[in-house]
Amino acid sequence: MSAIIETQHLTHIYGHGLPDATTALEDVSFAVEEGDFVGIIGSTGSGKSTLISHFNGLLKPTSGRVLVGGEDIWADPKQIRRFRFMVGMVMQYPEYQLFEESVYKDIAFGPKNMGLDAAEIDRRVRAAAEFCGIPADHLERSPFELSGGQKRRVAIAGVMAMEPRILVLDEPAAGLDPEGRDTILSQIKDYHRRTGVTVLLVSHSMEDIARYADKVLVMDQRRIAMYDRVDKVFARAPELLELGLSVPQVTKIFLKLKEMGLDIDTDVYTMPYAVRTVLAALEKKKGVAGC
Amino acid sequence: MLKDITIGQHFPGDSVVHTLDPRIKLLVTMLYIVVLFMASNPLGIALSLAMLAALYAAAKIPPRLITRSLKPILPVIAFTAVLNLFFITGAGEPLFELFFLKIYREGVEYAALMAVRVIALIAGTSLLTYTTSPLVLTDAIERVLSPLGRLHLPVHELAMMMTIALRFIPTLIEETDKIMNAQKARGALLDSGTLTERVQALVPVLIPLFISAFRRADELAMAMECRCYRGGEGRTRLKVLKCGTRDWLCLAVCLAAFALILSTRALWQVAA
Repeated sequence: MSAIIETQHLTHIYGHGLPDATTALEDVSFAVEEGDFVGIIGSTGSGKSTLISHFNGLLKPTSGRVLVGGEDIWADPKQIRRFRFMVGMVMQYPEYQLFEESVYKDIAFGPKNMGLDAAEIDRRVRAAAEFCGIPADHLERSPFELSGGQKRRVAIAGVMAMEPRILVLDEPAAGLDPEGRDTILSQIKDYHRRTGVTVLLVSHSMEDIARYADKVLVMDQRRIAMYDRVDKVFARAPELLELGLSVPQVTKIFLKLKEMGLDIDTDVYTMPYAVRTVLAALEKKKGVAGC
Repeated sequence: MLKDITIGQHFPGDSVVHTLDPRIKLLVTMLYIVVLFMASNPLGIALSLAMLAALYAAAKIPPRLITRSLKPILPVIAFTAVLNLFFITGAGEPLFELFFLKIYREGVEYAALMAVRVIALIAGTSLLTYTTSPLVLTDAIERVLSPLGRLHLPVHELAMMMTIALRFIPTLIEETDKIMNAQKARGALLDSGTLTERVQALVPVLIPLFISAFRRADELAMAMECRCYRGGEGRTRLKVLKCGTRDWLCLAVCLAAFALILSTRALWQVAA
């Protein structure tokens, strides 16, 4: 597998050269494999948003390079739009970017900018709407009549309709009720599974990361603190807690159990895995007792 | 890009200029504008620039900010200067002639004077907002205008509207930036293309911006009502403005400086 996104010594300084310059990213190098589902976590101000804004060239690196599909995206600044279509970006609270008179037209905005023909645009709009669970009869309605969660879905569909190879989402579930959160995230996961698109998901919820991501990138103080498979990262719970982050609630319980003297694995991060671990531990205990 | 706009921004500090009574600052700023336009000779303009520089130094505001706040209005300044350049006719021979375009010595002088004046005007008024928090500033405006309240002018309400408008400039700029990024991410052409393309490209930015501005206004009104805001009548203040000896002294110094600047008019005429 080849790296679809790669950063090489990426540094970003806001207001570079001015006295109030602040460094937001420092020497960040990492690579995302095609088809991965990567969760990005980090406390506020750790540089997550700055990092993801580099992937589609909304920000230009102060130094270092950003490679998408093996190409330096800033090799020719005039070509930047090509990478914007390749890396679909869903910003925080994306429902505030809706502007068209109908849901259909709003979702079609991205594909239209790509210069596709009407039939292709129509196919993409309908496919994206379906993925995001937008009923066909909503397409002709004004996006402003919809509820918050529905608007969010329309905004996400607007990015999906560009059929990017990489989908970057900045807290797509922020401010939604628990049901809305689950729906949106599982739709994204489903989309990932069915299309094989690489997904980068920024989230503050460890539960969400644990449930949906394959890999986790932990940002801390403008640098990458950890970047590994989900179980390996959550196994380093004490370090995560030190960074001011939390671990999923199940992991917390297992850490507590270990602390209480139980012989049990602590790299547990999802419910089904927890059940298996508990059963295995019980089995072991029975075996010991049997002897 | 949009972050360069510094008009209406406040830079906290504890210098003499920062702590001066806002009413006096307001008065001095208004007088400064009048003086700028009355000082019609290079010496007077030079003196008013010197005064401005002294005030900026006293306020410890980095001069870099002036250039930054001037950048967006540079085209306006250039336009005014060029208009003046061609439209002022002088008594002597034109310096330059091309078909119907004639440039006289007076035109050049006047254009330069006008450009410097506008720059000083912006820099001077910016100093007021740089050193005075919007809250204090409106308080001052309200106090200065309060006599008009007797004529049933809603002075407090006007002042409140001004505060809110000032307060929301940075917020809306940030919002615009975010929306522009979101639309750029969907392939909107905001920084390239022909003029018509660019104007069309603004629609996806302006509509969400307006909607969000209305939403914010609505939320703000609700929040104000929740805190029992009901206009200015019978409202008392936590901090009552008081003019101390130092404030009067500063006013006296500024007035003396203005007198000096205006006296150059007489001086210049005598010299000429």
